[in-house]
Formats: sequence, structure tokens, C-alpha cells
Amino acid sequence: MLRNSLLFILILGLAAIMFSVFMDYTPKEKLGPVAEHYAKHGKDEVGAANLVTAVVVTYRGLDTLGEVSILFLSAAIIGFFLKVRHNGNEEDPKIKRYSEILGTGAKLLVPIIVLLGVYVFINGHLTPGGGFQGGAIIASAFVLMLIALPRPKINHKVLSIVESMSGLSYVIIGLLGVLLGLGFLDNQILSLGTFGTILSAGTVPIIYILVGLKVGTELTGIIVNLKEIQNEE
Amino acid sequence: MQNIGIEQISLGIGFILLLLGLWGIISQKNILKIIISFTIFETGLNVIIVAIGYIRNKTAPILDSDELQTNTVDKIVDPLPQALVLTSIVIGLGVTSILLVYALKLYKQKKTLDINDYKDTKW
Repeated sequence: MLRNSLLFILILGLAAIMFSVFMDYTPKEKLGPVAEHYAKHGKDEVGAANLVTAVVVTYRGLDTLGEVSILFLSAAIIGFFLKVRHNGNEEDPKIKRYSEILGTGAKLLVPIIVLLGVYVFINGHLTPGGGFQGGAIIASAFVLMLIALPRPKINHKVLSIVESMSGLSYVIIGLLGVLLGLGFLDNQILSLGTFGTILSAGTVPIIYILVGLKVGTELTGIIVNLKEIQNEE
Repeated sequence: MQNIGIEQISLGIGFILLLLGLWGIISQKNILKIIISFTIFETGLNVIIVAIGYIRNKTAPILDSDELQTNTVDKIVDPLPQALVLTSIVIGLGVTSILLVYALKLYKQKKTLDINDYKDTKW
């Protein structure tokens, strides 16, 4: 029981440190200097009504590019790890019978969920949401399909083509900013448009559409890989 | 510390989740429970970061009304922690999926999820 008591002491010590941090915490009264800049000039510099999107896609666009590549890397590692064999035989001897209600409901719901995901990432610069959230919603539609339908046809090639093309276009849009003398991932290579409309904020909606497609296909790919290794057993 | 507001409450909840996750990571034996503890730990961190960016009586940094577009500085909470948490959630998702696939692989090899049965790298 030495181990348990050591663990208890460790947790207790950390709790004491956190408690003192918690007691000393004074809430902020106003924005910090960086956030103040974003709030003051974000509207004119980026033109996105959702300031979080402005920060994610433009001010810290490089971070987001890194984030997308981390997600890609983890999807690639999973694909490598699971090593799904496509031996081509579509004959699956033991197809499970799925409930009729579940199957019909899924067929009805999948297009609607995909539509919601597309709405969320197209309006990412105006309303709460964005590429990552929309992509996750799209992937959830495919998860529903995989669970509910006996043998959904999900084409690996289409998934990987959409994924790599959107990643490539993201980088090309970033490099276009450099070529036009504005800076990597600057969104002003297109005109900013009218504030608060769909076609505003320069390249922000385009980048978020690409990110949404990429995240959606990547997460779907992970789930499809997991599902197929389950079928192999 | 007078009049406790929502920022203190969420900061406290974040710290509790953090400790809970850490306890789970160290003490649990089942690999799946360790992975769940990792996600609880992450959630605690995210709650703390968002709580730090909160400013009392101010609204979300989404300028969808004319009223918000003038004098924005005095009306919104800090957008920066929220953007960073978005990044952190996505990376957390990637890490969790890799952990789960690794657990799947381990299970296939030894047909057990108890961490004590994996002595290969134990010194």
C-alpha cells in the first residue's frame, strides 16, 4: 500500500498548489494587449464577424496549419498501425442483421447531418462553429452510417483524394499570400467584401471549407479503418 | 474573495477535473480507463484556459449585431484562449484516437487490457 499512499500524497500536494493558485486568482477586468488589438482592428483587418475564427484562421493561421498537419499525421499513423488489407473479396459470410428502424432512420438522417456540417463550416466566419466543428459533424454522419447500415460503401480513394486536395489547396492559398506580397496565409488576397455576409473576410471561408472537408474525411478515414479491422476478425 | 462568479466556479471545476484525470492516469489498471482519464485531464485543462479568458458581464466575441461593432473592446471576452482551446481540442482528439488504436493493438496481441500484464518495458 506504499504505492497508494505515495499517490495520495502526490495528488494532495498538487491539490494544495492548485488551491493556492485558485485563491490568488483575480478575474480580469479588461482585455490584454493582444486581445485588445484583435478586438479593435479585427473587423477592419480580417473582416470576420466571429473573432475567434479571425484569430484561428488569420492571426494564428500558421498554428492552424500545424494543427491540421497533426491531425493528418495521427490519421496516417492509425492507417499505418492498423494496416488494413484490401484483399478485394466483397463476400462477407456473416453480415449482421441490423434493425429496420435503425437502417431507415440512418438513411433519412445522414444527408441532413452532412448538410448541417456543411452549414456550420460555411458560416464559420459569421456564427459559432467552423471547419473543425463542421468536419466533426460530417464525420458523425458517416459513423452513423457505419453503425446502422449493413455494408456501407465508403470509397477509400475518394476519401484520400478529397483529404489531400484540400490540404494541398490550403497550403497553396497560404503561399499565394506570399507571392502577392502580403504574407503567408494573409486573407486579403481576395477582397474583404461586406462585413457580415457569406462572401466576406477574404479567404477565411475558403480556408474553413477546406479545413472542414479535410477534418471530415480524416475522421471518417480513422473510423472506417477501425471498422474494417473489426470485420477482419 | 467576495462574490464568486462563473469564472471562479469554472476554474475550480477545471482544477478538480485535472486532479481527477491525473489520479486516474496513475492509479487505474485498465488501459481503457487510463485513456478516459487522459480525456478528463484534457477537458480540465480546456475548462481552465477558457475560464481565464472570461471577463465578467461581457459577451462572446462574435460581432453579429451593430451594437457590438462599435466599442468592441469593452464588450467582448478574450477571443485568444478560445482559439487556443479549439487547437487543443483537435490535438486531443488526435492523441486519443492514437491511444485507442494502440490499446486495440495491445489487446490483439495479449488478449488483456490490464496494464500489469505488459511487463516488456518494465524495469
